[in-house]
Amino acid sequence: MKAFTFATVPVAAGLMLATAVPAQTPVLTVYAPDYFVSEWGPGPKIEELFEATCNCDLQFKPGDLLPRILLEGDRSEADVVIGLNTDVTKKARESGLFAPHGVDLDALTLPVDWSDEVFVPFNFSHTAFVYNTEKLPDPPASFDALLDAPDDLRLVIQDPRSSISGLALVLWVQAVYGDEAEAAWARLAPKIVTVTRGWSESYGLFTDGEADMVLSYTTSPAYHIIAEEDATKKAAIFPEGHYFMVELAAKLAGTDQPDLADAFLEFVIGEAFQSMIATGNWSIPAALPKAQWPEGFQQLDLPEKVLFYTEDEAADLREAAVEAWRRGLSQ
Amino acid sequence: MAARLVAITAALALACLTLGPVLAVLLRADGVTRLAPGDWQALRFTLWQAVLSAAFSVLCAVPVARALARQSFPGRGLLVALMGAPFILPVIVAVMGLIAVFGQAGLLNDGLRALGGPALDIYGLHGVVLAHVFFNLPLATRMLLQGWLAIPAERFRLAASLGLTRRAQFRLIELPLLRRVLPGAFAVIFVICLTSFAVALTLGGGPRATTVELAIYQAMRFDFDLGRAALLALMQLGLGLAAGIVALTVSQGSGFGIGRDRIVPRWDGRGRRGVDACVIVLAAAFLLVPLAMVVLRGLPGLALLGADTARAAGHSLAVALASTALCLAWALPLATRRGELLALMAIAISPLVLGAGLFLMLRSFVNPFSMALPVTALVNALMALPFALRILSTEAEAVRADFSRLRATLRLTQAAWLRLVFLPRLRRPIGFAAGLTAALAMGDLGVIALFADPDRATLPLQVYRLMGAYQMQAAAGAALLLLALSFALFWLFDRGGRVNAEA
Repeated sequence: MKAFTFATVPVAAGLMLATAVPAQTPVLTVYAPDYFVSEWGPGPKIEELFEATCNCDLQFKPGDLLPRILLEGDRSEADVVIGLNTDVTKKARESGLFAPHGVDLDALTLPVDWSDEVFVPFNFSHTAFVYNTEKLPDPPASFDALLDAPDDLRLVIQDPRSSISGLALVLWVQAVYGDEAEAAWARLAPKIVTVTRGWSESYGLFTDGEADMVLSYTTSPAYHIIAEEDATKKAAIFPEGHYFMVELAAKLAGTDQPDLADAFLEFVIGEAFQSMIATGNWSIPAALPKAQWPEGFQQLDLPEKVLFYTEDEAADLREAAVEAWRRGLSQ
Repeated sequence: MAARLVAITAALALACLTLGPVLAVLLRADGVTRLAPGDWQALRFTLWQAVLSAAFSVLCAVPVARALARQSFPGRGLLVALMGAPFILPVIVAVMGLIAVFGQAGLLNDGLRALGGPALDIYGLHGVVLAHVFFNLPLATRMLLQGWLAIPAERFRLAASLGLTRRAQFRLIELPLLRRVLPGAFAVIFVICLTSFAVALTLGGGPRATTVELAIYQAMRFDFDLGRAALLALMQLGLGLAAGIVALTVSQGSGFGIGRDRIVPRWDGRGRRGVDACVIVLAAAFLLVPLAMVVLRGLPGLALLGADTARAAGHSLAVALASTALCLAWALPLATRRGELLALMAIAISPLVLGAGLFLMLRSFVNPFSMALPVTALVNALMALPFALRILSTEAEAVRADFSRLRATLRLTQAAWLRLVFLPRLRRPIGFAAGLTAALAMGDLGVIALFADPDRATLPLQVYRLMGAYQMQAAAGAALLLLALSFALFWLFDRGGRVNAEA
């Protein structure tokens, strides 16, 4: 063990030096998903915009969100968490670790009613199968048509047990097919090339040409339109409706910076943040009229019908929906 | 006595670091919960794919290692080093390379289509096994090759002067070698494949290919069911240990006795040049073409990499070097058969549970975020320990056995024994073990995902971040950088161990 101490002391000392901050500036500690903080994610922009107004130091601590907060219990150093999804709100609420936000939600422009007292939405999208118009000129026009498509149509999806988008997909199928969900999965099975652990692996397979369609979001084409000037990627829109995906921010009950945390939650649905988040996180702003969306987002094909389960409904359905997926695909 | 104390301390540290985190997670859990319906299916699949993967890796390695051992040709050293590269690749990079060759739009299917043949589908159990063989064939080959090179030249000279037939030589020299090395290699690879997760899922084609590690992931990250996660982790640990015990009981311990360290000229290679060349070319193509695809696809992305990625690369290098120093200091006193069995725990334990347990344990003393890199270095050293021991222990035991009389006669002190005999004689396996540890530590994502610090991302984490932000091309560039750095570290250490050694 001596070797261990010896080897890590310089590293540890370096870390402490690097994280030292002037004592007088208050620090707002924000837990965020890992992709937020890279130079390509929205994190740096959020930090810059918020620090311009708050006279504080915003520090991101990226990594797992809820598992980490639950592990830490009431000793978490997080003041705010950003990037939660609706699949964890029930567990988060029941933990009692989060505080009501007190933010006026009238400005929201979501396609569903949202009056949650704890979680503030900041951007949204819908699950959708994304395809390349050059390789697939005639995509299925409905979910039913997708199930009936020839077996050589190649799909990649994500695992509902390890990815949020994968879970949204099984709830989507549940919402459309109800008791017939397992049969629907069995019809879809021959077309599914593989199931990946997360969205990144699936999307990588799709861009490599391994699949014709990938489970992604209605907003994915906006990235290709805006960043790559490529209009060939589209989301297939189904009349049965698309499952609603929203990202949320919340304040920790145990925060030692309650005023800063409140200010941050106000900031999240304010105009500065909302105008930036579309291209920052490649999702639709939660509180911004469509006319103010970036050009590429206004071109997107969006569903007329939006499907969404409340957290209680989703919690009741989830186990059965995942089991239907597992059995339908294991046949 | 002092040496024994060091060995016991090292063993205790190992046991505490593997079992401690599981206990921490169990204590934090609200009781042990029942297993989910899919868990038994997952357990069956996990076992089955691990057995197949380990068996194919080890069996394919025999002809490859034999061909490399008895033939010499220009560039052989470089080829041996390059063929080791798949093992040190980060999973996500390797899978992308494999898909570029074996996938629907891959080289192989392009070729088959051009010839009018049917398309091959990589997704399924065979895809999982293929990927695991791709990862582990290099490891198995190197372990066998080490064994072959450790046979003293005198044995082959004797065989040649006695005019032994090829079959007799196989029975008398090579079979005992295989019986000594293969079970251990099988056990290590079996245990690696037990904890496989992303490979099995991506190439498995669906929920039929669910592994126990995925169930642990679900329990940890999604359900926050710590009891179930710990229970599954213990099941996985039990399987790994059982495999280790069986393998070490089966493997025969007798070595070849001491020789005079001559270079091994092999007479028997001449008549087998054609066969050996075929074997080497096939293995090299299987291992190197996917790597070449990673390089080709990554080149355009290199230009897109920013300061973030450079910093991440720096962190990964620091972690890799710290892990290597730690792992060697840990491995040398433990390089015995019992130590090796103990170390199998380290790879059989779920990295997810390990990460969560360490997080819980550290939290009482320090801020876990400030410890992200040191903890990563520690965990990577722990994860690499079984490999380091597999490489070191056979030869370390042989050195102890062969030179104990000399040591007693000369009354060497512990320090003199280490400096003059033990370490110099283990130079080659130490170099190989150090290279492997450094490269593995470069590529590991491991525990850092639970408590990453934005300014201290490692390179594999950066690859995921780039992919998560649609930057697929930059991610391919970062993956290439990771491959290059891992390989450079591996090569430097491995080469350092082989200076002045004609093998």
